[in-house]
Amino acid sequence: MSKAVLVIGEVTTAGVAKGALECISEAKRAGADSVEVVLFGQGAKDQAAAAGKAGASQVHYVEEAGYSLSQRAETVKGVIDSKSPALVMLSSNTYGKELAGVLAARYKSALATECLEIRFEGDVVKATRPMLAGKVLAKVKLNGAVAVATLRPNTVPATEDGADAPVADLALGGSADGVVLTDSSKGSNGGEVDLSEAAVVVAGGRGLKGPENFHLIDELAEPLHAAIGATRMVVDAGWKDFHLQVGQTGKVVTPDLYIAVGISGAIQHLVGMQNSGCIVAINNDPGAPIFKVADYGIVEDLFEATPKLTEKLKAAVN
Amino acid sequence: MKIIACVRQTPDTETVVKIAGDGKSIETDGIKYIIGPYDEYSLEAAVQLKDETSGNVTALSLGPSRVGEALRASLARGADSAVHINTDGAETDDALVVASALAEQIKKMDYDVVITSTKGSDSDRGAVGPMLAELLGLPYIGLVSEIACSDGKFNCKRQVEGGVTESFTVSTPAVICCEQGVRGQARYPSLMQIMKAKKKKIEVVDFASLGVDGGLAKLELESLEYPPERPPGRIIDGDSLDAKLDELIRLLKEEAKVL
Repeated sequence: MSKAVLVIGEVTTAGVAKGALECISEAKRAGADSVEVVLFGQGAKDQAAAAGKAGASQVHYVEEAGYSLSQRAETVKGVIDSKSPALVMLSSNTYGKELAGVLAARYKSALATECLEIRFEGDVVKATRPMLAGKVLAKVKLNGAVAVATLRPNTVPATEDGADAPVADLALGGSADGVVLTDSSKGSNGGEVDLSEAAVVVAGGRGLKGPENFHLIDELAEPLHAAIGATRMVVDAGWKDFHLQVGQTGKVVTPDLYIAVGISGAIQHLVGMQNSGCIVAINNDPGAPIFKVADYGIVEDLFEATPKLTEKLKAAVN
Repeated sequence: MKIIACVRQTPDTETVVKIAGDGKSIETDGIKYIIGPYDEYSLEAAVQLKDETSGNVTALSLGPSRVGEALRASLARGADSAVHINTDGAETDDALVVASALAEQIKKMDYDVVITSTKGSDSDRGAVGPMLAELLGLPYIGLVSEIACSDGKFNCKRQVEGGVTESFTVSTPAVICCEQGVRGQARYPSLMQIMKAKKKKIEVVDFASLGVDGGLAKLELESLEYPPERPPGRIIDGDSLDAKLDELIRLLKEEAKVL
């Protein structure tokens, strides 16, 4: 049996999407003997070659005018049928999650989503994935041909020590179905930076006392180019939109730096952020559970500490 | 719109999880089960959409006998009818087994749209929705954060990576997966609704009767472990707020190297 891996991802004019680079890197680390990549993008063929830097041996570029899941599935089907990879890997992002499910149902494959780590043991694909919002980790074995796995973003580093890979055009297959993309725009809904992919997250909780004070979080996020997060309480109270919620019933984030402001640290919130690289907590209650997971704790009134930290960070990062 | 809302019963999110002696399952003693927190939101959306379109909602759930409670609660929250695929004694942990059983049942039902949610809060997979679409041969749209219905079509929006908002029109039949909060908070049923729900009949379908091939289960759980504990951190001391913050920035730069 081969240890060929097929990675499916996106490329934009800014470069190959981070999720795809992470998958390619993880496939190499897992012990793949070849990593072929299919990248969907718009006018970004020139950027696709950079997938080679992360370890891709061959890149297929698919020019995509809109977005159609069924067309992506048909396009990829051609590659899977001709190459018979042992494993298909995708990032656990919006596109990766839905395509993974469709492919697993089509090929009657084992599907492991949100993996933290993937490896070949002999010819067998194994992975570690969280369950119950990360309260436990499951070690799983993906039996059968064409295993499918999605990799949680920001979990493994994308290495870039290779050289550009050859890029071949691949035509978009299939035909459109009943789901039609009518608009795609940079939204102003919440933070400028996407929460699940952000390197830095600044999150606010009950300690802010009201939506009128959330600007403290926005201001602290700015010099750090951070994404904005919130606790369940903040979202339930309507201070912030649901998609900013970090926690068991919200998003799980793993940024390099997570700054929790006015967050006590309920288990519901902790499971969503405790795997962040470095955690800073600002809270006036020294007994708050957030300090148990924080690398650095500041026991101070957030209304004084936060604006001051913002000013100091502006100076520090310039 | 005739809507099928898929509902999963999951352990209460406040549950302290203990790995059982076999190292492969969690201890179920004392676990309180609830409608999955993600499914609460999608069920709420389904009920609002049926009200807006003079339609109906059938709540559909798969699991052992206890799942009847989640369906009863779904009826109290506004579902008109409920179907329970009873799995007592069967192995149904695998996503493709679940999706196949749901698909076989749905094929027998009259519907315009199937609504699912982000994921089960226990399995954390998020796999059943797109699998269901593939098995039913229907179009799929995932992680919708806004949904409205007009002229027999759905208008949906979702937030994707990179801060981008995508808008879609969705023709029926289709499978639509709703994000949490898609139609705001899930409602608490009134006492009257709870009483009424008690009188409604839940249709029970035996899992075995759906003829799902057990060989579809290809994801094998080898073991469960607790995640590594985070090493204890420190509270930063200092004579003044300024001193503490300066030390914090120094540590972020020099020790954590994240600035």
